[in-house]
Amino acid sequence: MSPFSGALAPAAGEISARAATGSFTQIWLLIALPLLGAAILLLLGRRTNAWGHWVGVLMSAGSFAIAVSLFLAMRQESGGNRAFTQHLFQWISVGSFQVPFDLRIDQLSMVFVLLITGVGTLIHIYSVGYMSHDHERRRFFGYLNLFVASMLLLVLADNYLLLYVGWEGVGLASYLLIGFWFYKETAAVAAKKAFVVNRVGDIGLSVAVMLMFVTFGSVTFEGVFANAPKANQTSLTLIGLALLLAACGKSAQFPLQSWLLDAMEGPTPVSALIHAATMVTAGVYLIARSSAIFNAAPTAQTAVIVIGAITLIMGAIIGCAKDDIKKALAGSTMSQIGYMILAAGLGPIGYVFAIFHLLTHGFFKATMFLGAGSVMHGMNDQVNMRRFGALRTVMVVTTITFFAGYLAILGIPPFAGFYSKDKIIEAAFAHSTLVGLVTLVGAAITAFYMTRLVAMTFLGKARWPDDAHPHESPAMMMVPVSILALLSAVSGFLLLHDNWIVNWLEPVVGFEEPVLGFNVNILQYGTLAIVVVSAALGYVLYARRPVPEVAPVGSLLTQAARADLYGDAVNEAVFMRPGQYLTRFLVWFDNRVVDGAVNGTAALIGGLSGRARRTQNGFARSYALTMLGGAALVIAALVLVRL
Amino acid sequence: MSGLIASIDQSGNTGEQIVFWICALVAVIGAVGMLVSRRAVHSALFIATTMISLAVLYVSLGAPFLGMAQIVVYTGAVMMLFLFVLMLVGVDSTESLVETLKGQRIAAILLSLGFGVLLFAAIGNVSVNLAVGIDGANAVDGGNVQGIAHLIFDRYLLAFEVTSALLITAALGAMMLAHRERHTPRKTQREQSQDRVRSGEPQNLPGPGVYALHNAVGTPALLPDGQPTDRSVPEPLRGVSAAVGVDHQDTLRVNTLAAGGAIIPVTQEDES
Amino acid sequence: MNPANYLYLSAILFSLGAVGVLVRRNAIVMFMCVELMLNACNLAFVSFARINGNLDGQVIAFFVMVVAAAEVVVGLAIIMTIFRTRRSASVDEANLLKY
Repeated sequence: MSPFSGALAPAAGEISARAATGSFTQIWLLIALPLLGAAILLLLGRRTNAWGHWVGVLMSAGSFAIAVSLFLAMRQESGGNRAFTQHLFQWISVGSFQVPFDLRIDQLSMVFVLLITGVGTLIHIYSVGYMSHDHERRRFFGYLNLFVASMLLLVLADNYLLLYVGWEGVGLASYLLIGFWFYKETAAVAAKKAFVVNRVGDIGLSVAVMLMFVTFGSVTFEGVFANAPKANQTSLTLIGLALLLAACGKSAQFPLQSWLLDAMEGPTPVSALIHAATMVTAGVYLIARSSAIFNAAPTAQTAVIVIGAITLIMGAIIGCAKDDIKKALAGSTMSQIGYMILAAGLGPIGYVFAIFHLLTHGFFKATMFLGAGSVMHGMNDQVNMRRFGALRTVMVVTTITFFAGYLAILGIPPFAGFYSKDKIIEAAFAHSTLVGLVTLVGAAITAFYMTRLVAMTFLGKARWPDDAHPHESPAMMMVPVSILALLSAVSGFLLLHDNWIVNWLEPVVGFEEPVLGFNVNILQYGTLAIVVVSAALGYVLYARRPVPEVAPVGSLLTQAARADLYGDAVNEAVFMRPGQYLTRFLVWFDNRVVDGAVNGTAALIGGLSGRARRTQNGFARSYALTMLGGAALVIAALVLVRL
Repeated sequence: MSGLIASIDQSGNTGEQIVFWICALVAVIGAVGMLVSRRAVHSALFIATTMISLAVLYVSLGAPFLGMAQIVVYTGAVMMLFLFVLMLVGVDSTESLVETLKGQRIAAILLSLGFGVLLFAAIGNVSVNLAVGIDGANAVDGGNVQGIAHLIFDRYLLAFEVTSALLITAALGAMMLAHRERHTPRKTQREQSQDRVRSGEPQNLPGPGVYALHNAVGTPALLPDGQPTDRSVPEPLRGVSAAVGVDHQDTLRVNTLAAGGAIIPVTQEDES
Repeated sequence: MNPANYLYLSAILFSLGAVGVLVRRNAIVMFMCVELMLNACNLAFVSFARINGNLDGQVIAFFVMVVAAAEVVVGLAIIMTIFRTRRSASVDEANLLKY
């Protein structure tokens, strides 16, 4: 059931970092280049419209070049010596709360940097073609650069507060990009929704930072991870749960998953880069980085596993019923990240595989999203899969690249997903049978809905609308997609060859070999069989049978899945309406009670003085009467005192 | 006088008691009468009565100087001053019994009653069954007047000087208030007689009360043709008389008489 | 007899004077009631002089008389002046200082 105990406790993030020397002093350039690009494009404005997009591409490519050089330099070092920090300046110095502006690069952040800059640059190039008809292309690239800079800051930060800065930055960039076409009401609303739901998650991160300061007295990685095993269980569990909440917000896990499907309102490159490959993986990065905390808090780990499992199934079910190609892919993203979160929650047996799957998922999901963008480009921005069909005949390159991604996500060897997903399923079964079965079921459903998607789009008969003339997309768009498709095909094999990825990441997150009660081959073949069967079922249902152009009513489960398993309805009922009632009540309270008290006091005083002034009636005899009354009171007082 | 004073001794003297009760009664009756009289002149006479009875009480209390001063200064000067002003202001005018301020009368009576009760309680707390008596003090300087003089010019000299200054100030104030500034030069006697001849009525104007039924200053005199004229009424009272109203019945009777007719006897109306 | 009887009489006269001030509307009659109150005080002073056995009370009463005379002079002059302009001696007519 549990990984072998009694062995050496894995070193989790405790490799000591050295001060940056040589080529590692260029760490800050990784962030500075895209930030500069964003500044140029956003501050100089329309003057840069003609050449702005190339600046964006250049900056992203520059970051990628530096990342590759750093990677090669890091490979020269030995396993435990690959962490470097660069101190830029002292950011906060208040009493005992010291937060330096430090950047840290180790194996974990290196793979993320490569993913972000690599996939990012490819998507930048793709966007040059995809957004060529948009007048605001320059602004788009400014925001993309901003996003890349923030995401790099997130993974390169050496303390949680700086990570939070990057965290907020990617949230901002996501909002700006989802609502890029802000004049469309649906886009603006979706952007707002994404930001607000992210905010709820951000509460988790800020609470975690505060708790860390209270518990450990420091928020730097060194300070936290060194003291993690010594802190008391309650604090660690609370920190772990708070971090989980943050991860749920950013990675669209249950219960903060409602924003991801709406985020598809943004342009397709945005969906590919942010909501498939990079931003939504920030939650997984956070959990993997905080492995020291989670290892010491088993309750938090169990919570992580539960959340991951729920979202896994949820995303898969939603993906089955969506007719919008991007929303179906978004459901798939939600589900795959559920896999990663689940793997991260398994502890040292799963961290490496979570990151591994993160990398491969980045490749194949980006491939599929960009492919979907190509399909939309050819079909006049149509997204309804019921109006697609038989596109393999006209869009050959798109079909081939998309299939590469499709096979990868299914887990068909030798494509990438086979290696990463199978390792996760293996680790899940090593943890407990129940978790393993959940992952297996998820794999089956994944195969089904992905086959449905592919069948409805590329196979079957054409159901195109009359004005559609589907054509292949230009080379500017298809070359990056092809590169990504190639990576989807080979990256899994390459990364796991000689256990390279395991050895690379082990010094940072720790690794334990998962122990199965049975032969691992049984698991592999069994998984493959189930996946093939599900795919065949999907093929029969959607490629062989005609697909109705108008969606049929469907069963209760289908209707529920179309309504995102009522996620929005729950949010509305539990949070939005009570919040609205509360604010309405407060407005009423302010108007009636508070203003009423103030105005009432004024009115009271006014009324009283209105009455009181009538005693001054101008008659001397009335005044004399009052005087006599006063004199009588004085005499009475004297008499009483004498008594 | 000294015999009377000598008989006024310590408490218990019957003569003093009789004097007290009679004078007290008279004083209270006078006070009440002053309160309820409708005419101001009656009120003035009533209060004069009260003051005189108080003077008698002063004498019985062993303060003969003060009693005389009360009669001479207070009753004789102050009250007469009141009467003069009443003549000028309108001796006929009566006050209506209706109270214009709501609740004033009841509140006044209740409050004064309460005030009086409180004073009674305060006095009751002071138990003075045995008065020291004034004879000793009177004998110190050889008489009441001498004793008072001693005190005025010895211990209370400053108060005396200050009050004399006050008197002078009061006299000046009265003069200033009664003063009327002349804005035009005074007409000489020559000019006045010239005006009279030019006016067409060079004869003497009737004095007040000629052919009138009442000799109050405010009642206008009747001219020989029976018309009442305001010219006989002093200026401050002119409008008042008009408000009071001319007695038309009398005018009618005079006219009838002058025409040679007989007079029909009419019942005496109450003056309004 | 009880020397306090004089004090009771003084209290009665004072209360009657107070009622008069409040109830009468003619300015001159009001003034007369004030004079009555002053006389009642004088009576009290003189009887206290008798009770305490020294002449100070009588001297004070004397000064009260002086002040009352001065007050009457000025007060009546004022009433005359007001009457000249307003043609009425009623106290209630002078109520312009109302709210």
